[in-house]
Amino acid sequence: MTDPFDDLTKALKSATPAPDTAARDAHLRAADAAFEKNLAPHQEPAPQARPISDRAGWTARTRDGVRTMLTTLTSRGGLAASTALVAVGIVFLTPVGDRLPLPGRAPAPVEPMPIMAEPAVPPAPIMEEMDSEAGDRFRAAPTTLAEEAPLGRTAPVALGSAPQAGLQSADGAVQAIPLPAPIPEPVVRPEADTEAFANAEVNPVKVTAETPVSTFSVDVDTASYAVVRSSLIGGQLPPKDAVRVEEMINYFPYAYPAPDGDMPFTANVSVFETPWNADTRLMRVALQGELPAIADRPALNLVFLIDTSGSMQAPNKLELLKQSLRLMLPELRPDDQIAMVTYAGSAGVALEPTPASDRTAILGALDGLTAGGSTAGQAGLEAAYRLAEDMHDEGEVGRILLATDGDFNVGLSDVDALKDYIADKRDSGTYLSVLGFGRGNLDDATMQALAQNGNGQAAYIDSLSEARKALVDQLTGALFPIAEDVKIQVEFNPAAVAEYRLIGYETRALKREDFNNDRVDAGEIGAGHAVTALYEVTPVGSPAILNDPLRYAATNTDDVSDEEMALLRLRWKAPGADDSTLFEQPVANAVGTPDSEAQFAAAIAGFGQLLRGSDYLGDWGWGDAAALASAARGEDSFGYRAEAVTLIRLAESLAAQ
Amino acid sequence: MFMESSEEALVLAAADGDRAAFVALAARVYDRLFALAFRLTGARAEAEDLTQDVLVALPRKLAGFRAEARFSTWLYRVAVNAAHDRRRRDVTRARANAGWGEVEVARRAEAAEDRTRQDWLAGAMAALPEELRDTVALLTDGEMTQAEAAEVLGVSPGTVAWRISEVKKRLADLARQEETL
Repeated sequence: MTDPFDDLTKALKSATPAPDTAARDAHLRAADAAFEKNLAPHQEPAPQARPISDRAGWTARTRDGVRTMLTTLTSRGGLAASTALVAVGIVFLTPVGDRLPLPGRAPAPVEPMPIMAEPAVPPAPIMEEMDSEAGDRFRAAPTTLAEEAPLGRTAPVALGSAPQAGLQSADGAVQAIPLPAPIPEPVVRPEADTEAFANAEVNPVKVTAETPVSTFSVDVDTASYAVVRSSLIGGQLPPKDAVRVEEMINYFPYAYPAPDGDMPFTANVSVFETPWNADTRLMRVALQGELPAIADRPALNLVFLIDTSGSMQAPNKLELLKQSLRLMLPELRPDDQIAMVTYAGSAGVALEPTPASDRTAILGALDGLTAGGSTAGQAGLEAAYRLAEDMHDEGEVGRILLATDGDFNVGLSDVDALKDYIADKRDSGTYLSVLGFGRGNLDDATMQALAQNGNGQAAYIDSLSEARKALVDQLTGALFPIAEDVKIQVEFNPAAVAEYRLIGYETRALKREDFNNDRVDAGEIGAGHAVTALYEVTPVGSPAILNDPLRYAATNTDDVSDEEMALLRLRWKAPGADDSTLFEQPVANAVGTPDSEAQFAAAIAGFGQLLRGSDYLGDWGWGDAAALASAARGEDSFGYRAEAVTLIRLAESLAAQ
Repeated sequence: MFMESSEEALVLAAADGDRAAFVALAARVYDRLFALAFRLTGARAEAEDLTQDVLVALPRKLAGFRAEARFSTWLYRVAVNAAHDRRRRDVTRARANAGWGEVEVARRAEAAEDRTRQDWLAGAMAALPEELRDTVALLTDGEMTQAEAAEVLGVSPGTVAWRISEVKKRLADLARQEETL
């Protein structure tokens, strides 16, 4: 059998006609004329490091100037000041707040559709891009803009400004052509096709009498929420498989009580009425990791493994990474060490292990990073692990931070080998976290798999504020594991609970017997991390029971007390330990009043399920989710929750199309 | 006088304002450019328009060419981007899209065997999403490596490898569908 790809290219080759000589002559004459018009009086050479450049307009220049400033400023204050300048320069005509991207007509997240039509104002102008490279720059704009407030940020402004900026920067290299209405709906061309997301079927409702035990691994990844946000801001509902409900819930900080005993984390269980179903209950399992005093933390050895392939050459990728690292640097201590390995074509060490106190050397190496060439992931990874092992001293924590925008170039068949390699290195004490940049080429599935196998965190970074969240705020959490292979097992009492389902954690399910098997890997909890899991449980006798009782099975539970609803079991290992510790806690069969933390988690769980198209929510919809989340915002000092409310409203308008 | 000069030398001279070098360069790349344009669009008229777009924009863009990429790689990237721009414009104008987008492809082949082949090609290309079609178009001549195609398309080589396997998968699906019909 022949290769179908070869057949196709052969057929295509033989079908390609020779050019028409008359057309050829006419085109060459036209080119000649264009040359005379454009280049004969030697024009200013394009200063940009991009293959194509026809920059025009003051915005492009302004933004570049600002970017140069950003690369030279290092302090947080300086960064805030300069990003404020960006805001002044670019955020205009933005009625702050809910004026989000025009539903359905907004640019696609990956390739911004050049149509910006205000439906109320016909005839609408069409902004026509003359040059895709210009599109690249605009794509970058949201990033530069979302830096808007790395410190006291106000989410709606950051959200609202991005699409508006795309429109505005269009005036430089873009022509406006009047066109009669009506505007056809643009077909959004999903370059996103090359994105691969990891997910599994939504967890079904389980009958307690048949399967009383539910087992899963904790998950502290947050990548899914950022992908969801980036899609929504781009004017599209996210692909269903991109929605991992537990990662959305765990994106947010929660005010859970800190541990004080011997356990490295606390476990709290609370039960309250389900917002979307008055006849069921939500059982929330909340784990809060201890935050060791910063002063006693072990020295950190960080190896940044940086993808510098050509596609990273974008302000929302390599440039954003550089800025993120600049933000992180002041948070490190003098005895921490940093090294950098780049991979593109061939892997190379960009920075030998350097004490964090040597800021000049580190910043110099950062500025020297340029993108170009193709990706050679495995060689880079090996070099990074070698460096990490060289840097290792007794009692220090080693971690590789892989920053990439796409799949790791090891060939798809090698992913398993790569996972094994990472898992092997994990056991030797070096962890791996993955930072994803950019959209369109992002291989979420591989990212997640690598981070899971490396006992690390996968975060998707689309703005400087997200970088701050992933790297700076949670520096300690993401980088210092306090408990490894944390597994949660819940045994429900059939006398109290007729049915239950775990919301999210589909990709984290474990077999019941894996709970006690210390050889089975599970997620880790870092210092200060919180992990939240929600079960929807249907009490015995509730009208919400979906499954009829079996006629022939012995389901006599009369002898069992219904005082307890469930038994929570946790297993974890101290970092580096081989044997796990067991913790058990019964859950009383009583319904309480949810605090704002529980309500907010429930709202986000509902939001995630709406995005996945769940069958379990009945009439409960976007508006209910937004109202619940809004009411449960709490202190929200960083605006994360306010942003979530805006996203829910945005999703509502997109879903209404 | 330019017969022996390398393309890169012509580019540098043209970027420096040498008109004769530019004309020689344009003439030299024309046939390859047209062939790529045809494979990207699937119709002669579209291909001719696209070729002209690229050539007319070329003088302006030459200043941005940097010698670290091969000129042909760079040029193909310009062409692919121009093709994307055209598709976008076509969508906005709701213009009938003659080409791979429609199964009606010019069928000028005389021999019946050739015609079947053309039909299969048109059907197969129409069944592929645009980014897969672009990848096929770039790899048709066999002159370009997957890594170069990746550079042209602005994606990682792994993505190109994935796309190739995806094309194979879809072609196999297509073949199965035809068998069951």
